[in-house]
Formats: sequence, C-alpha cells, structure tokens
Amino acid sequence: MTGTTSRLVLPRYLREEDGHRTPVASDGYRSTALRAPLRTPVDLPHRLTEVTGPVLGEDRVTPGDADLTLRAGGEAQGQRIIVFGRVLDSGGRPVPGALLEIWQANAAGRYRHVVDNWPAPLDPHFDGLGRVVTDSLGRYEFTTIKPGAYPWGNHHNAWRPAHIHFSLFGQAFTQRLVTQMYFPDDPLFGQDPIFNAIPPAARHRAVAGFDLGRTQPDWALAFEWDIVLRGTDQTPFETDDDGDVA
Amino acid sequence: MGFEHDSPLVRDADETNERRPGTPRRGTGFLDEPPTLRTTPSATVGPYLAIGLTWPDGADAVAPGTAGEVWLRGTVRDGNGDVVPDAVVETWQADPDGRFAHPGDPRGSASTPGFRGFGRSATPGGEFAVRTLKPGPVPDGEGGLQAPHVDVSVFARGLLDRVVTRIYFADEAEANAADPVLSALPEDRRRTLVARRTEDGYRLDINLQGDAETVFFAV
Ligand SMILES: [Fe+2]
Repeated sequence: MTGTTSRLVLPRYLREEDGHRTPVASDGYRSTALRAPLRTPVDLPHRLTEVTGPVLGEDRVTPGDADLTLRAGGEAQGQRIIVFGRVLDSGGRPVPGALLEIWQANAAGRYRHVVDNWPAPLDPHFDGLGRVVTDSLGRYEFTTIKPGAYPWGNHHNAWRPAHIHFSLFGQAFTQRLVTQMYFPDDPLFGQDPIFNAIPPAARHRAVAGFDLGRTQPDWALAFEWDIVLRGTDQTPFETDDDGDVA
Repeated sequence: MGFEHDSPLVRDADETNERRPGTPRRGTGFLDEPPTLRTTPSATVGPYLAIGLTWPDGADAVAPGTAGEVWLRGTVRDGNGDVVPDAVVETWQADPDGRFAHPGDPRGSASTPGFRGFGRSATPGGEFAVRTLKPGPVPDGEGGLQAPHVDVSVFARGLLDRVVTRIYFADEAEANAADPVLSALPEDRRRTLVARRTEDGYRLDINLQGDAETVFFAV
C-alpha cells in the first residue's frame, strides 16, 4: 500500500459482553424453543452496510404521537404518567434525531390487537401506539397511562409485569434495538421468564426509575428511563491533529 | 481510488497512521477509553408488535412505480417447518449504484429518487414482501467489492433479540464467489443466503432452525 492510498476506515460498533445482554433463547420462555436459531451465529465484520442505517425522524411522527392518553376524541382510562429519558450510545454520547416507536397494553392489561382476547376491557380512547424523536441532546418524552399486567400461556398462572415496548434505530443497522421498559419494584418480576432472560447484571437497566421531581402536580406521575445503544470504537466526528475533519 | 472526505464515518488511513486493533493512537480520533455505559438489554417484540411497528409504506424500500422495482419475498419458518405468521422482517441495503441513503456514505448519500433502502414487512401466512431495487456492489473497505446484498433483521415472539442475516442474489454468481462474507462460509451453507429470481423479483426463505437453518450473523 502506498502512503497516501485512501481506504475506508469505518467505525466498529462495540459488542456488549454476554453477561450483559439478552440471549436470543431462554429455557423458561417456551416460544424460543422452536424459533431461536440453534447454530452459533457467524461473526459479521462491520462494513458499510452495517455502519449505515435508515434515517428515520420527524417524518415518521405526527403531533399527537407523543401523548397516548388522547385518542378518538377522549381521554384514556388509567394512571397518567410521563415517561422520559435520554438515548445515548455506550460511549456516553447522546443520539439525537432518533426515532422511538412504542406500544403497550391499556390500563387493564389489554392490547388493541386481534389475538389479544383475554377478559379485560378495551378502552375506546387508547390504542397503545406512540412515536417520538429524540432532541439535539438525545432526550425523549411521552405521556401515556401506566399499562396493566396481563396473563399469558407460557406456564401455569403466568403474568407479564407491566411494561412498554420500545423500538429504536439509532444511526446504524448495528444499533437497532427492540426492548421492553419495566416499572420499579414490580411483584411479578420473579415469575416472568422474559424479564429473567436478561442476565442478572443487566436487569436493572430494563427498569425505569420513579422521579418525583418530574411528576406534574395534579396531573401525572413521572418515570425516567435512559436507553443505551451500542457505541463505536472511535469518535467519528473528531478532527485530526491537522484540523481536517476526519 | 479515493473517497470524499465529508463523510462522518470515514477517514483516510495511510501506512503511518493506520489503526491496529487495541492500539489507539493520538490524533486519530480513536477513543482511548473503554465504553462508559452498558447497553440496554433487548427483549422480544412479543405477539402484539403490529401495534407499534406498522407503517402504511413499510414495505416500500423504494417508492412504488420506480423503474426497476422488484419484490423481495420469502417465508419465515420455525423448527417444525411451520410458518411464522407473527414476525417482522426488516431490510437495509444500498441502491443500484451501491450507495446508502445515509449521510455517512463516503461517496455521498444514495441519489436514486424515491429510494429509502429500508423495508419493513409483517409476515402474514409466514411471508414477508419488500418492494425495492436490486442493490449494486458495495466497497468492502479494503479495496475490493462485496457482492450485491441486503442486510436483514428478523424479530418475533420467541426471539429475545433480533436475528440478523443477509440476502444475496443467485444471478450474481461471479460477484458472490468473490464476496468476503459469502465465500468464508462452508459451501453447503451459502445457499441459505442466496435468493432466486422469480417473476416479480427474488425469493429467499428464512429458516430459523432445522437442517436448512439460515446462516445468521453476529453483528
Ligand atoms: Fe407486551
């Protein structure tokens, strides 16, 4: 190679240690048995396809999407809450302009979905869908109602702890994350195989914190949840010693 | 071959300023410190993903009616060979020029009109379908080219994290043979990644388990 030959030097997104990330399969979660691949995945070096990703932002969001309590001309039943936090990468850098898609059950624990028909009421003023985009500091916030717990068929008397589903893109294919946010001190944690599939050292990172300071008096409780996506092994926006933008 | 310098993802490297893994150098912009935060653990999308992940134009990685549009289709199956009717399949790819619709592409963002490069499809009856353009070859970062390919994520109830695979194209035999990812796989496993031509595009089934288990990647 000659001294000035250009070549691509792309960021590599760091991979979380096994003891801190959720495995694809878990014995206690029965549906994984026939669905989670059995072979060891093949390492895929990060090239252009992996370090780029869909640019999705405000064009995916409409004004009402950040307030799930107002639907079909009325107010949803339940405990009104504000969920807020920051989206960061593992280097601690904010992820601005990132789309978050959320979905959840209503206050009674029922989803507005054709396959959810357990005997809990639907709420005509709640559809359970929200979308927000992080601001320039990586912050997000939405208003919703606290979802109820719900039963499912995984094992006898199985109940999902209250949770909100989150989907994030970040800025690269490699950063894509779909996860669930839980509420503090849920008594159902102990029997939930989905929560317990998270390695013990990482479980607390799936649980929001109650924040009295952000509670709105006479209006809504507040829960804070920061989301950390994979970061890179280099700072892509730093300049070289000679001042060139790298 | 040179690349433009306005990409936030790319820098030039030469012999005296080349990164070796684990040896960050002053002035190169590499972090000297390990990551400071642990990542948020993933969770399954569960059975009700359609509430949150449905877009009217989800399947359109390219705008309908674009010249050269093709449909990427396939069936997702579980370890019993049964179809997986409640998954979501997402695709990410370059345009026919091999460029990505992303500001980090070092040659400039894709300029094909109506090209998003990202598709998202539910799997009613087990089948996904994404409207797109066949991608061009993409630089491999080391002076060579990767064969045209699509990165794929599969999410479903029963998967606690997404699984990632790639779609290659059977009518690119020469490029496929030279592709660094495909050619590193055992020959009998490569075919799980190669889509065949159909009337309206290409088809590749995704087998989550079984003898023909698709090659999945750790990214
Ligand atoms: Fe759920």
